[in-house]
Amino acid sequence: MTPVILWTDALLFLLVAAIVVLVLYARNQEHLRRPWRKILRDRKGMAALIILTAFTAIGLLDSVHFRSDGGGEVVSLFDIWVTPLKTRTEKTYSAPFATHLYTKEYMTLPDGSRQWRYPRLVYGGAHLSNPAEKWRDITMTAFTGIIKGLGLGAFFMLPLYLFRQKKPSCSDVPWGTFSTTVIFLSVFGFTLAELSLKYHVLGTDKVGEDVLYQTLKSIRTGLVIGTLTTLVMLPFALMLGVLAGYFRGWIDDLIQYTYTTLNSIPGVLLIAASILMIQVYMAAHEDQFANLAVRADMRLFFLCLILGITSWTGLCRLLRAETLKLRELEYIQAARALGVSHPLILIRHIVPNLFHIVLISVVLDFSGLVLAEAVLSYVNIGVDPTTQSWGNMINSARLELARDPIVWWTLLAAFLFMFTFVLSANLFADTVRDAFDPRRAET
Amino acid sequence: MTAYLIRRLLYAFPILIGVNLITFLLFFVVNPPDDMARMQLGHKYVTQEAIDKWKHERGYDLPLFYNKQAEGIKTITQTIFYQKSLNLFLFRFGRSDSGRNIGADIRERMWPSLAIAVPSLFLGLAVNITFALLLVFFRRSYLETAGVTGCVILMSISALFYIIAGQYVFGKLMRLVPISGYESGLTAIKFVILPILVGVVSGIGSGVRWYRTLFLEEIEKDYVRTARAKGLSEPLVLFRHVLPNAMIPILTGVVAILPLLFMGSLLTESFFSIPGLGSYTIEAINRQDFAIVRAMVFLGSVLYILGLLLTDISYTLADPRVRLQ
Repeated sequence: MTPVILWTDALLFLLVAAIVVLVLYARNQEHLRRPWRKILRDRKGMAALIILTAFTAIGLLDSVHFRSDGGGEVVSLFDIWVTPLKTRTEKTYSAPFATHLYTKEYMTLPDGSRQWRYPRLVYGGAHLSNPAEKWRDITMTAFTGIIKGLGLGAFFMLPLYLFRQKKPSCSDVPWGTFSTTVIFLSVFGFTLAELSLKYHVLGTDKVGEDVLYQTLKSIRTGLVIGTLTTLVMLPFALMLGVLAGYFRGWIDDLIQYTYTTLNSIPGVLLIAASILMIQVYMAAHEDQFANLAVRADMRLFFLCLILGITSWTGLCRLLRAETLKLRELEYIQAARALGVSHPLILIRHIVPNLFHIVLISVVLDFSGLVLAEAVLSYVNIGVDPTTQSWGNMINSARLELARDPIVWWTLLAAFLFMFTFVLSANLFADTVRDAFDPRRAET
Repeated sequence: MTAYLIRRLLYAFPILIGVNLITFLLFFVVNPPDDMARMQLGHKYVTQEAIDKWKHERGYDLPLFYNKQAEGIKTITQTIFYQKSLNLFLFRFGRSDSGRNIGADIRERMWPSLAIAVPSLFLGLAVNITFALLLVFFRRSYLETAGVTGCVILMSISALFYIIAGQYVFGKLMRLVPISGYESGLTAIKFVILPILVGVVSGIGSGVRWYRTLFLEEIEKDYVRTARAKGLSEPLVLFRHVLPNAMIPILTGVVAILPLLFMGSLLTESFFSIPGLGSYTIEAINRQDFAIVRAMVFLGSVLYILGLLLTDISYTLADPRVRLQ
């Protein structure tokens, strides 16, 4: 096993490192701690944060890649963790919790005759001698999972409970919501894990791959698109917005011209044109993208880059307007009168005061980007077709809706996970905005 | 006013040149026409003659900026930049890579796009404003909390879900409308109802939330307090005082996107197989027809700039406090 660092992995962990540094820094700053305390005290925000953390954990586990010694296939830590899910593939479609395949085929019966029947699945419910007992077995397995989940959840909650007794200063944090969400997640996770060892909880897709595995793998793609896009655009938006607002004059004109021009190209078309060009480039330089994983990853990275280029203008405009306002304030004028240089004023006095705008817009953009990925992948200008993503899942499942009876589980899985992810991101974004926006400051 | 308009129109010109340059760079400099030809003809086993033929048929065999072999004015005009990019300014879109006349295609495909985009916009506007007003009317009650929560939930659902669910429920299960397709004339109605409905429903979440904040901002102002103080009932305050004032940002926002309605919606049109400009673009993207994509990028930018201009004008018309210099 040799570790492989893909571009998006490196950037994702860079982002995590940056967040850790920011948190450590913010811990000592009262004015930064207060809004965060407000977020943690909000029941909605707390629940959303925990669910997002769970999603992020899966996404990050999925971002540590290795190249296996033999085949040269690139697998992630998450793949290794859920190897049973990954390797237990059936022949083709099977419904959730099914014991039989979705399509009939000729089978040779023990007595030698051949019949047109639904064959048993290789893995799903294979331990059952009588498929009619399926539901009893499912209930039992789910029950074991629930008990285990409750046990583990309670085990983690106990020290927290004791800690809370000791420190009265944390008493207004909604511990009830906190522990409910954590225990719910732990119960849900354990039940899912127990069941998925014996069945295909969300069915299998056309080539027999477990849909649960696909939808879990898609988390990383959504996470990468939602976070890296803002990460790549942030430096530009911040620098140009601040420069335009602070120096005004021709710099302002030039920067305004740039973003109006970029803005006036319809976003989807710019993305489409750029992706087309990248496809052409990749086709012409095949040797640089020999490895499948590397190529898919490069395309994901380019997609983030392009989405970033089309979406930085909004933030840039906001930052410019705020800087225009800030530069006229007394403390900036005082700094200028004292002879502080321009770069120092910008770094020390202006940028820190723009922090809340950046944070709010980053968090607000996140859910929109995750949703956009699905739409773009549907139009074939999103992620590489070999990348697992909710958009690709929906795209492939859509064609199967015409079947009778329909294949609904892939769609359901993708929509369900995407909905949970985006809903918690939206709820969290609302809380962050309420906490950081000075116009909504507490009274 | 006239002077302002003229200045704005002149200001639009450098922006369009910028757009033109960006698309030119993207389409011809990043990837030379040779690569494009190879992509179109299949990457491998393609001869240089086939590439040259492909390029010649589509006029991509000219130099990029400066033609040394030509004479006089032709050193400039016989180039890809002039032929493919500058001609867009005259709305001469030329021929697509598959040989069709793009201008004629656009004129023909504009109407189905409009047939869906215009009703969706106005119906959506009516629905969103009604719901937002209701939420404001019932503010600080459980109804509002439920409504706002509902909006967040609606916002978190992918647009793809609305389309697929709509097609499945109304098209396949209830058989009320055809799942997809289009016919011109009056029979078009049964084909456009579902796309319009889906368009309205998928916009409710974010629309109602946005309009609600606009109304709430307005409701805290002094004139509303005065209206209440003189004893007007709450519905009267909302309808006669708050609504007209809050309509200013709403209407100007609508005006900004009016021109872009021509472009149609990529997603809806391709899902419902409606032969509009949105599906035209998607087809071009999937067929990798660069000429069409280039034309649509330019058209979109022109319409966007037109929208900006209309917004400014509508501000002066709707809000007497705004004066354009």
